[in-house]
Amino acid sequence: MSQEALEGAGCAVESDNPVLPFLRQDRLPHIWCPGCGIGTTVNCFARALQDSGMKLDDVAIVSGIGCTGRVAGYMNLDSFHTTHGRAIPFATGLKLANPKLKVVVYSGDGDLSAIGGNHFIHAARRNMDLMVVCVTNHTYGMTGGQTAPTTPQGATQTTMPYGNFENPFNLPFLADACGAVYVARWTVYHVRHLARAMKEGLAKKGFSFIEALAPCPTLYSRRNKLGDGVEQLKYYKAKSTIKNGADTKDVGLTFQGDIIVGKFVDRERPTWLDSMNGHLTKVFPGKFTPYGS
Amino acid sequence: MKADPKGVLTGAHFMDGDHAACEGALAAGCRFVAGYPITPSTEVVERFAARIPLVGGMFIQMEDEIASSIAIQGAVWGGAKVMTVTSGPGLSLMMEHIGLAAITECPCVFVDVQRGGPSTGLPTLPAQADMMQVKWGSHGDYEIIALAPNSPQECFDLMIKAFNLAERYRVPVFFMMDEVVGHMTERVVIPEAAAIEVEERRWTKKKPGEYKLYETGPDLVPEMVMAGQGHRIHVTGLTHDERGYPAMNPAAQEQLVERLLNKIREHNGDLVDVREDGVEGADVVVVSFGITSRVAGHAVEAARQQGLKVGHLRLVICWPFPAQLIRELSAKTKAFVVPELNMGQMVLEVERAAAGKAKVVSVPHAGGTVHEPEAILAAIREAGR
Ligand code: SF4
Repeated sequence: MSQEALEGAGCAVESDNPVLPFLRQDRLPHIWCPGCGIGTTVNCFARALQDSGMKLDDVAIVSGIGCTGRVAGYMNLDSFHTTHGRAIPFATGLKLANPKLKVVVYSGDGDLSAIGGNHFIHAARRNMDLMVVCVTNHTYGMTGGQTAPTTPQGATQTTMPYGNFENPFNLPFLADACGAVYVARWTVYHVRHLARAMKEGLAKKGFSFIEALAPCPTLYSRRNKLGDGVEQLKYYKAKSTIKNGADTKDVGLTFQGDIIVGKFVDRERPTWLDSMNGHLTKVFPGKFTPYGS
Repeated sequence: MKADPKGVLTGAHFMDGDHAACEGALAAGCRFVAGYPITPSTEVVERFAARIPLVGGMFIQMEDEIASSIAIQGAVWGGAKVMTVTSGPGLSLMMEHIGLAAITECPCVFVDVQRGGPSTGLPTLPAQADMMQVKWGSHGDYEIIALAPNSPQECFDLMIKAFNLAERYRVPVFFMMDEVVGHMTERVVIPEAAAIEVEERRWTKKKPGEYKLYETGPDLVPEMVMAGQGHRIHVTGLTHDERGYPAMNPAAQEQLVERLLNKIREHNGDLVDVREDGVEGADVVVVSFGITSRVAGHAVEAARQQGLKVGHLRLVICWPFPAQLIRELSAKTKAFVVPELNMGQMVLEVERAAAGKAKVVSVPHAGGTVHEPEAILAAIREAGR
């Protein structure tokens, strides 16, 4: 594996890099641009897997389509690169057919909240036992920088060439309102926090949602004259405030404005499968074998 | 392998086609269904939802047909035998995931209880107008299998075959019912579990490290694993190589797409399933499928009473189309008559296979009810002239 590839994946270049066993080394170098924030989130995810102590055979990762959608293919896990927006329903089927798996959905903001928005809200409503990592870079990278449901007002994208006038989603608020049991947001400047959130998400039973703000220097930053990836990290550093437990309705993002990061929601609610098993055990006393037991 | 008795409701029943299809799926080992309500198919999932808790399995009503058609594919990689159930508009929404099932070689069954279209069309009335949609609806080149039952009994029997073929060839298999077959109630005999053959998934015996996701033997169908077994598979809808890794080049594309086609095309012998009635030596052969075959049967009888030499060829498997059989028959018969509850879909295949050697007469019908036997009889008489 090349030094460039390691750096691109957000890894410190060491011969005994602890992240390497978590990557499919025969698939590197990866496709992401220099300075892209996706690789940093992958690095955090690898560290979370390591710190979680989980057996990697028990973890599966599902992605949709887009730059972040390629994450599944680089992880040394059972991995599924599905269709645009549909990672969550695929993951739902995988998890329900084999409840012993920890199933992680790893995708971009456009994939999860535009074309996949309906699946997102219903999986949160059901409290499906999935960890959903959303890399938010406010744009469609793979197709060349179009407006996303997360593009802040005033930012310019190829399909909003005169500036975006739409109201963007506040994704933590959406996840919270739909019933997610764990909701956090960090940026790729906050690597330790992000890795810890992912570790908590892996341990959490139910629908956990982690938004990771990440720069897309090639398209979003360039089009909006925001400098390179490092410039965006500086922005994250300067404008982020950690507010654990913040009311999610107050954490909406504005164009290069203040960013509230933190763990916003951490609560208990029965998962879909636990609800089904509990309910049917009552309906069929002595006859029903809890599914997945 | 014999059927798991837990899913087999042995006995003689009086049930409609939708319910019989559900029982067929349970007998075949289907233990995961994701679906979304749509007339006239809903009874299939309603029965599954009622039956599955004590059989041991899972039904989930998803937020739409798009979700249903991919949740089942996730469940396949979790180790389950799966089905989704829909009708025309829902099937249209599922098209992208039919392509995904084709390229990832995901064994799954799609039940389509056909109704009149296009669009919302005739929700409560029959048609057979999705025949080309299931063959060609998703983009790109791929092969599928489609079966057309014509009675509640066949909804049970052929459903087991549908599941078995999905496992044998690792393709999406379509179960092409229609509103009449779905809602007609008849006697359905369900045998003992020990008398039902079900095909197991083609699980590999190879160990992690030795196994490649899309390596195949001479039959061109790869062996399968499920997530959690340590193989660390990568499954992608991108064009991929034997390891399952994306391969963005024309050579990989050619190799993969040709195999997806050839794993069906080279087994066309196994995949011909027709019912022949007096076809040898007939001047006119009626080619039909599904509910229309029952109406056509009456027309054929009436024509014979009038002294005409008429045969009846019913397609049980519609896709792949038995082109070779039609080609051979076209050398021996004067004409084919093709009644169907659409404006002329499978007739195009008959014409293609007959290649001008025999006359081909279409008996189209826009749907909403079945043909009048007289319309088919008139076509037989005209074709025989
Ligand atoms: S286009 Fe943007 S999001 Fe995609 S890899 Fe490049 S920098 Fe990353």
